[in-house]
Parts: sequence; C-alpha cells; structure tokens
Amino acid sequence: MNTDTLSPYILTLVTFVPLGGALLLTVLPRRDRDIRVIAFLVSLITFGLSLHLPVYFHRAIGGFQFDIDKSWISTPNIHYHMAIDGISLWLVVLTTFLTPLCVLISWKTVHDRVKEFFILLLVLETALIGVFTSLDLFLFYFFWEATLIPMALLIGVFGHERKVYAAVKFFMYTMIASVFMLAAILWLYAHTGSFDFVVIRDQVARGMVPNFSGAAQWLFLGFFIAFAVKVPLFPFHTWLPDAHVEAPTAGSVLLAGVLLKMGTYGMLRFNLGLFPEQARQNAPWIMALALIGIIYGALVAMVQPNMKKLIAYSSVSHLGFVVLGIFSFTQSGLNGAMFVMLAHGISTGGLFMLAGILHERRHTYEISEFGGLASPMPVYATSYLFIVLASVGLPLLNGFVGEFLVLNGAFQARPIYGILGATGVIWSACYLLWMFQRVFYGKVTHPINNGLADMLVFEKAAVWPCAVAALLMGVAPILWLGAIDPAVQATLNAFPQIVSKVVGQ
Amino acid sequence: MMPLAQIQAIPQSVDYIRILPELILSIFGIVVMILDPLVDEEKSQKTLGLIGFIGTLAGLASTWYMAKFPGLAFSNTIRVDGFSVFFNFLVIAIAAVVILSSFEYLAVQRIRAGEYYALILFSAVGMSVMSSAIELVLIFIGLEISSISTYILAGFRRNEASSAESSLKYFLLGSFATAFFLYGVALMFGATGSTNIDIISQRLLASRPEMLVYTSMALMFVGLGFKVAVAPFHVWTPDVYEGAPAPVVGFMSTAPKAAAFAVLLRVVFSINAPGRFWFLWVAAALSMTLGNVGALVQNNVKRLLAYSSIAHAGYLLVAFAMTTPDNSLTGISAAMFYTAAYAAMNVGAFAVVSHLANAGERYVNLEDYDGLGRTSPLLAATLTVFLLSLIGIPMTGGFFAKFYVFSAALRANLIWLTIIGVLNSAIGAYYYLRIIVAMYMRESRKEVPVGPISLGLGLALAVSFVATLYLGILPNRVLQVAQHSAQNLVSITPSTAGVAQNPRQTAGTN
Repeated sequence: MNTDTLSPYILTLVTFVPLGGALLLTVLPRRDRDIRVIAFLVSLITFGLSLHLPVYFHRAIGGFQFDIDKSWISTPNIHYHMAIDGISLWLVVLTTFLTPLCVLISWKTVHDRVKEFFILLLVLETALIGVFTSLDLFLFYFFWEATLIPMALLIGVFGHERKVYAAVKFFMYTMIASVFMLAAILWLYAHTGSFDFVVIRDQVARGMVPNFSGAAQWLFLGFFIAFAVKVPLFPFHTWLPDAHVEAPTAGSVLLAGVLLKMGTYGMLRFNLGLFPEQARQNAPWIMALALIGIIYGALVAMVQPNMKKLIAYSSVSHLGFVVLGIFSFTQSGLNGAMFVMLAHGISTGGLFMLAGILHERRHTYEISEFGGLASPMPVYATSYLFIVLASVGLPLLNGFVGEFLVLNGAFQARPIYGILGATGVIWSACYLLWMFQRVFYGKVTHPINNGLADMLVFEKAAVWPCAVAALLMGVAPILWLGAIDPAVQATLNAFPQIVSKVVGQ
Repeated sequence: MMPLAQIQAIPQSVDYIRILPELILSIFGIVVMILDPLVDEEKSQKTLGLIGFIGTLAGLASTWYMAKFPGLAFSNTIRVDGFSVFFNFLVIAIAAVVILSSFEYLAVQRIRAGEYYALILFSAVGMSVMSSAIELVLIFIGLEISSISTYILAGFRRNEASSAESSLKYFLLGSFATAFFLYGVALMFGATGSTNIDIISQRLLASRPEMLVYTSMALMFVGLGFKVAVAPFHVWTPDVYEGAPAPVVGFMSTAPKAAAFAVLLRVVFSINAPGRFWFLWVAAALSMTLGNVGALVQNNVKRLLAYSSIAHAGYLLVAFAMTTPDNSLTGISAAMFYTAAYAAMNVGAFAVVSHLANAGERYVNLEDYDGLGRTSPLLAATLTVFLLSLIGIPMTGGFFAKFYVFSAALRANLIWLTIIGVLNSAIGAYYYLRIIVAMYMRESRKEVPVGPISLGLGLALAVSFVATLYLGILPNRVLQVAQHSAQNLVSITPSTAGVAQNPRQTAGTN
C-alpha cells in the first residue's frame, strides 16, 4: 500500500472501522460464535490498520501528522479535524492493541447478550480512538462523551452484583465533570470563533483572544476538572474502585488501560497546550494532589481484601505518577508520563485480565479465598508474576522506564517531589508482591482451588501479548520515546516564552 | 380615511395562500367531524385517523407552497416569512406524527372518537395562526383555538378520574393564564395605541417606555409562560401530563409550546421588549433547576417527562436572555433549533411511552420498564436514543440544541446562566439514566405485556428517530433555516419603514 494514498484517510479508517464492525454485528443473527469471531476480526483489522501509523510516522517532527481537516458543520464552525502527534500516536495503538485482547478474554466469559456486549465493545473502541485523534475541540468533546455510554452499559449490564450503582456513579461523576469542560470549550469558541485546537492555541499564544486573561484560570479549571475526574486524581477517585470491581473483565481492561488515559492525555494536550501560564501557576497544588494520590492509592491498595479493588487503587497510584510527570514541565517528566501511561495500560490491562481469569473459575475476587495457586496453575502463576513485576517497575520491564523518567523530572522540578514520588515505587512493590505471595505461594489453603484449571488457549492469547509488549517496552523504550520526545518538546516550547514574558513584565 | 383603509384591506387571493395551511387543516378537521357519525363504528378509527393524517400531510405541502409567497396578509395581521413557515411546518409535522402514534393507542384504550383527530387538527390550526400572526389579538385567538382543543384532548380517557382532573386543571388554569395574556394585550394597546407588533415596536422605539408597557409585558409573559410551562408558572404540568392520554402529552408538550415560543420570540425580539432581561434570566434559571430537581424523585415516567419538559423550557429561555441585536440573532436561531430538536425527541419518547402504557395506561411506572432491553430490544433502543438526546449526548439533536443555546449565551457573556444550565443538564442526566438503567440493567419482575408495534406507531417512531439523529449529525441545514428566519425577525425593527408604511397610516386613523 502506498503511503500517499492511505495516509490522509488512515485516521478515519482506524477510528471508524470498529464502528462499522459494530453496525455489522447489529444486523447479524444471534449466533454467539460468529459474533465473537467477527468482533475479533474487526478489532484485529483495526489493530493492523493502526500499525500504519507508527510505520509511516515521521519521528523527527513534533507536530501533527496524518492530518485530515474537512468542514462538518458551518455554523458553528465545526471541522472534522483529525491528526496525531507523538503523544496521541501510541495511545491510539494502545487502544487498538488492547481491544482484540479484550475480545479474547471475553470469549468464554460472556454468555449472555453476547451480541450486545461486542457491539458495545467496538463502539467504545471507536469513541476511545476518536478522543485521541480529534483536534477539533467539538469533535473531541463528541467522542469524549461518546465513551460514556458504552462503558456505563458494559458496567451496568454485564457487571457483577452492584453493577447498577457503579454504572450510574461512573456516568454521573464523569458527566458532571465534563460539562465544565463543555462550558470552557464554548467560551473559547465564543471568543475565538474556532474549535480548532491548533487555531485556538495560536490565538492564545499571540494574545489575540479578548478577555482571555480574566477567564484563563477558570477555563483551565474547567478543562482540568473534567480530566482530573477521569484520571482519577485524588480526591475525585471514588468512582473508580466501584466501577472496576463491578465491571466485566474487558470493561476493566479498557477502563484502566485506555479510559483513564483520556484524562492525562487531556491534561497534556489541552491544559498544557492551551494554558501554559495557568498550568505553571496551578502546578504546585496539582502536584501535591498527584503525590497524595500516589501514596494514598498505594496505602489503600495495600489493605484491600479484594484483588480487583487492589489493582484499581494501584491505578490511582500509577496515574498519580503520570500527573506528577506532566506538571513537572520537564522533558524527562513529560516523556516519563507518556511512557507510564502506555506501560500502565499494558500491565494493568494484563492484571485485570488475570484477575478476570481467576474470577471466571471461582466467582470471587477475595484474596483470602486463594492461596498456593502456584501448584495447580503454574502457567497462570508465571504469567501473573511477569505482569506484576512489570507493574512494580522491575528494570528491563516497561514500568521501570516510565517511573524512572517521571521521578527524574520531578527531581528537576523540586527534589521533594521526587523523594515523595519515589516512595510510591516502593509501596507498589509492597502491595503487589504481597498480594502475589498471598495468592500463589505456600500450600493450597482451600481444597476447591486444587482443581482449578490452568490458563486456556484464549486466555493465553489474551495475556501473553501484554507480557511480550511489557518486555519489549522495557528493553527498547527508544522505539516509543523516539516519537514521543519531539511531541513533548513541541508542547514544552510554549513554556520558556511564558517565562520570558513574565520576566519581561 | 376609514373607508379607504377598508378598501385597501380587502383580501387578495394571495392573502388566502398565506393562510393556506390553516384553511386546509380546518377543512380536514371539519370533514372528520362530519364523517364521524356516518362511518361504521368498527372502521371509523382507521378511516378518520387516516383522513386526519392526510390532512396534516396536505398541511405540510401547503406550508411549503405558502413559503413561496412571503409577505403580509389580511390587513397586516398575518406575516408569512421564514420564521412563520418554520413554526408552521414544525407544528403540523408534530401533529402528523402524533396522529400516527395515536391509531394504536386509541384502539388499545378503546377510545372511540373521531373528534380526537379533528381536535388535533384544530389545535394545529390555532398554533399555525399563532406562529404567523403579528397582531396580538389574532395571536390571542390562535392561542384560544389551540388551547381549547388541547383542554378537551387532555380529558380523552373519559373513564379515568385522573384524566378528568387533568383536563379540568388544565382548563381552569389555562383560561386564567390566557386572560392574563389578553389583559397584557389590552394594556399594550393602552400604552401604544396599537396591537400590531410592528407598530408597537416602532412606538416603543420612538419614546421611552412607560410603566404601562412593563406591566403589559409582564402580563403577556405570564400568559405565555404558562403555555410553555416555565417556572414559576409550571405547577400545572406534572398533574396534567400524568392524567392526559400519552400521545396527547407528546403533542401538548411540544406543539403548543413551539407555537407559544414562536409568539414569545416575536414579542421579545420583534417588539424588543423593554426590561425583560432579569425576568427571563430568573425564569430560565428557576425552570431548569426546579424541573430537574422535581424530576429526580419521580417514579411515574409521564410525570418524570413532565418535569423534564419544564427543565427544557428553561434551557430554551436561556436563548431569550439576549439583549443586543447581534446576540439576538444567535439567540433566536438557537431557540428555534431547540424547539425543533425537543419536538423530535419528546414526541418520540411519548410515542414509546404510549405504546408501553397498554390498556388503561397501567404500565407507566419506572419499574414497568425493567428489563425492556431484553423483552423488546428495538423499542428499548429507540427510547434510549430519545433519552440520550434529552440528556444532551453528542450525535443527537438534543445535544446541538443545548450546544447552540449555551454558546449563544456565552457569546452574550451570560456566564452564570450558562453554568447553571450546564450543571442542570448534568443533573438531568441522572433521571433519564434511571429509565435506561431500568431497561437494560434490571430484570423484569412482573409480566408487562408489550404488544407488537403497529405500522402507524412504527412510522411515528421512525420519523422522530431519524429527525433526532439528523439534527444531531447534520444540524447544518435546519440551523441555517433558523438563522435565516431569525434575520427576518430582527431585521423588521430597523427596516420597518418599507413594510409598515401602510399600517402606520391605518393606525393613525384610530
């Protein structure tokens, strides 16, 4: 395939192929096997198409590529504007990578309303990819809200005991937070006449937006609150454990793996991109919240009796690292934040799948129900250990690189941030390894666990790619950072100007 | 002078074209009334309903034809312009969809009455008059025609006490409210010497408005505020909506509101009503908040949607709080778009509700919707789209409607009103979500019979479904029409000289 013919349309294709697949599924008869196969094929095709992006991506360029910009609605001036840079590139690939794995892990576990399940999964994929590819603020908001419904339905329809509560809580939390972002977007449109991210950024940078100085802080907060709830940053995190515990495995994987990254991606793109000055002013308290999140999340994770809740709180802790890195405004910190996002997506995605496998066999997530599983399920235990080590940040696995870079950046910003953040690494080793020990080592504590089957083919096919990716990212991070770094550099370029402006005054 | 003015006022043939939709709807309504006793009892439902439906289609066609003859008619009491065509079209289209969704409902409820369809047509006539009249007295007549028809329609479930209560309540409070409107018109006549909107706006421009004008505006606002159910004139809504037949609620929560909003737009923006800002601001904020908070605790779906309609009227009023001519344009077009989008989603939602209600409207509570996603997936999916649109999720008409309203408000720097609005729409999401949760995330505990969807209802659902999505994905065209029409409404004030030469002379003789 020629790059010139495909490149202008590739983002559209990657974004909407899953939706096309979902539409195809709606008209198919309810034969569960066919539906699973087609959903898997569609998600695999999407992954294949998305590989076009890193292959043809010009790494040296920090700006946007694969640009497509068509007028959609003339009044208001809304464009179908999609493009990616090094920041969004890997998030798109992460999404397309995880979705086929989600299909696989749900292969045997979803028996009821199979058709609806896979339709929702594919619709969710489209919405997630759209969030990362949209450059028009309107389009971005459109996809942002569009992720809500399939995710809420996945939790609410296919979840566990308290699913309705969790689904409604998830929906309301994110919905209420995102209306503030909508208000900020509308304000920007009313005063710039454009929804285009690039246009608005330039206008803001050149000081061409009327009344901007008075409103900027509020606009910053409007965007920030929407993203902070999504991340979730302490103290907006309370929806997350509920949502995770009740969600079906595939839902948890996409929720932790991709959905949370929408928040950090948004901070990086919009809070830093549009409001560098306000970002700098607000950084101290945001970093404080991030640090609280890192430590608090880790401590709460430590005492969780429920495996899934433990992983959920570990997400709060890890995402704290991302926010810490972003608001350090250092090259290393931002690179690290991006890398943690990807690494967390892979390893936590893997952990949720593994937890799901156990739940499938025992219908519980209680850690006390297990013990000594290493002997009946050796393959499972090994896979689990591998992913756990990736998650705690063992060197040569993916978690290490990102955390190292983030802490490096945090040290540069202020040593105390780095010191406090570094404790988070220790905590994560504690809670994850302790959990691993309790579940797998020693004698089998409950006789019922003796008869547990080891991993099935589908489960291996779902988990092992995560392990491979974790290893690859740990060994050769440059493959990822090569594209990330110029984009981060471009984002940071706005910052010295601010400093000089402040000094100039 | 007087005889001359009268000679000038003899209606031309083009005058009749400018009220063609009203004429056609009236004729069809009368035909239905005449045929009602003549046709066979068993078949009468279908036949009369079909005649009514054809009548609305003819009405739509004639609206389209009328659009080619813009101008004044009948001694400057009627104006055909983009604005009136827009609302004529909207009102008649709503009537058409409601008639379609009523076939099955009336059969299931065993309501045998041809006058039902005739009343819907007559009501549409009144609303058409309201949207094209620029003479306050004529507007009042239109208001009465439409109101009286809906009072009767609300009481159509004759055997139910709640329906009688609904009808009586609506009638008593409604006539009280229209009296307020009439009183306002009278005071306006006292203050400006005219009841013609164009002339009033000129008079008000010419001199500083006196106390009488403010009083008159306030009284008119009370009358219209009642019709569109904005706080603090909303108290009747839940009871009336709960008792009235479900398709009728779909009708009266959209069509009369659209027409009353049309009048309100004319009164507010054409007359450029003085001192309206805080009035509208407070009413908008109150309606949004009271509507949403009220809806949170409802268990009856009809009541829930009644409160939701109060909230939506509040969002719509946000668009009215514009004061400069430039902002007014965006405000008017946003309001027009909103009425259309709201009509599409609400008529659709009530069509589903009326289908599920079953004989005697037994199944209208939230728990009756449990597990609907499994028992009738298509119906549930359709209702979900309407509800998502009411929430204001992207891809649906409801989203763009809110979007336009709030961006217009922000452009006019109404930051607090916007914040109240967006917060409210987030709160509102909760109660619509409850219905979705019931349908998909709960299992049905009791046997709720859901009949097959009849052709008429299917068609009604399809039309509202397509309209909701169309307004959400390709809102451009409708918005352009709205913007164009808004131009009509605002440009009247500066360029009155040409148009209103004649009325000024006639008025001078008074």
